[in-house]
Amino acid sequence: MKQKMTAKVYSQTEIAPGIFDMWIETPLADEAAAGQFIGVYPKDKSTLLPRPISICEVNKKDGMLRIVYRVAGKGTGEFATYHEGDMVEILGVLGNGFPVAEGTGKKVVLMGGGIGIPPMVELAKELCESGVSPVAVVGYRDNKLFLKEDLAQFAKVYVATEDGSEGTKGNVLTAMDENDIQADIIMACGPMPMLRGIKKYSEEKGIKAYISLEERMACGVGACLGCVCKTKKVDHHSHVNNARICTDGPVFDAEDVEI
Amino acid sequence: MNTKVTIAGVEFKNPVMTGSGTFGSGMEYGEFVDLNKLGAVVTKGVANVPWPGNPTPRVTEVYGGMLNAIGLQNPGIDVFMERDIPFLKQYDTKIIVNVCGKTVEDYLDVVEKLGDAPVDMLEINVSCPNVKEGAIAFGQKADALFDITSRIKKVAKQPVIMKLSPNVTDITEMAKAAEAAGADAISLINTLTGMKIDIHRRTFALANKTGGMSGPAIKPVAVRMVYQASHAVKIPVIGMGGIATAEDAIEFLLAGATGVAVGAMNFVNPYATVEIVEGIEEYMRKYQIEDINELIGGVRE
Repeated sequence: MKQKMTAKVYSQTEIAPGIFDMWIETPLADEAAAGQFIGVYPKDKSTLLPRPISICEVNKKDGMLRIVYRVAGKGTGEFATYHEGDMVEILGVLGNGFPVAEGTGKKVVLMGGGIGIPPMVELAKELCESGVSPVAVVGYRDNKLFLKEDLAQFAKVYVATEDGSEGTKGNVLTAMDENDIQADIIMACGPMPMLRGIKKYSEEKGIKAYISLEERMACGVGACLGCVCKTKKVDHHSHVNNARICTDGPVFDAEDVEI
Repeated sequence: MNTKVTIAGVEFKNPVMTGSGTFGSGMEYGEFVDLNKLGAVVTKGVANVPWPGNPTPRVTEVYGGMLNAIGLQNPGIDVFMERDIPFLKQYDTKIIVNVCGKTVEDYLDVVEKLGDAPVDMLEINVSCPNVKEGAIAFGQKADALFDITSRIKKVAKQPVIMKLSPNVTDITEMAKAAEAAGADAISLINTLTGMKIDIHRRTFALANKTGGMSGPAIKPVAVRMVYQASHAVKIPVIGMGGIATAEDAIEFLLAGATGVAVGAMNFVNPYATVEIVEGIEEYMRKYQIEDINELIGGVRE
């Protein structure tokens, strides 16, 4: 069941310039899965809305969630100042998550770009646990390869960098070609141009692709209709060609959405 | 202790309602709060046919509040009657359906279809700042408001609340026009038209450029307008605009509101509605108020 609750910061470190890695102690970990997200509330009352942040890792045993986020404004700027023991208000667990079971018996390629990389860690972990050995192709701006080692525990990792300082120079699709990586199914999260590229790539190659979308959100629970994306078919809930990213997504079959 | 209030003959177990467009038809927040505890659920605006709404981004945060330009996306009245009304009927709360349209005929179409539906009241949205045609065009000129109100009153089977826009020169003139045309109640305020510019990208924060501002930052404006409107008309006023706590809700009651609605704060605190119901009761106990109606318009001059 979704709930808003107070949770405790277990640890926080800056793992790359402006990229923070926070473990939060919360019973929400029990229900969390790869590709879902939580809303994190700033304490500053001039910034009211929950910040949607993807779940990077779930530790059910110790009841902890890991989020890895980029400081993008006032709210995330405040989160970056939190230390071990600080309390934080969170809303969750939100969104549908990746269809891990669909990876069974397939060559699964995970694609993450920039701050879309974090959810790939839990996804790779859950795939591994279900007996799949995924490949992860991750794109960075430069040689600050945050979470690469975390991914390497669960997946064979290929890196692309925009500046060519590590791995393939270019994006995740350049790395796919350069390394001649074959996929039966793609699961991806990253900036919109990357997701558009993946949608096109998967359609051309006839590969199933699940992409995690992002949009400005207010409620996070499907009530405000702020975070919609265009859908190919009339959506079951809205009865127009709009689906709610927060509740019907954030993960969609790339075929079903117009991006 | 009595927390019941009556608006146009409809009795509410308490004055706390939901602001249209912030609570869907209760399905989403029903996971957080017991809908049976609310005075009423006021639904998201519904039109005669499905509306796709505006392009994204549709929402953005501003200091102490937010701007939205959803553009009244809704599934249309037919789906609404099959799905949303039966859902709400499972709960012991009043149902107020918010109605929107592009033309007077659109509104009348919805109002007529709702004629036999088990809903308690209609709230007519003539104040949404985010759609180009209709809606606010009827809510910013007193004669247009009078006209649409009288035409709706002719066909409506349920009591009619006209939801007023704060984006007017004189709110009392609008309140009086609605009353003169036969409205059973008025609700205010809808959102204040605002704008935000991203200085780094040099673009508008919303695809629609402008959006409606809501949240705690607008509360003083709303309290003032509720006070003015409730003193200008005899029909009941439902007050809203930035209500976050029971204290805020009581301020609206004292200003003259018979009902209060919680809007954008549902997004901030999904438990806000029920916490406000409980907080009002606590306030009544503290000040030994036997009947909530003593608070309505109870500010000392």
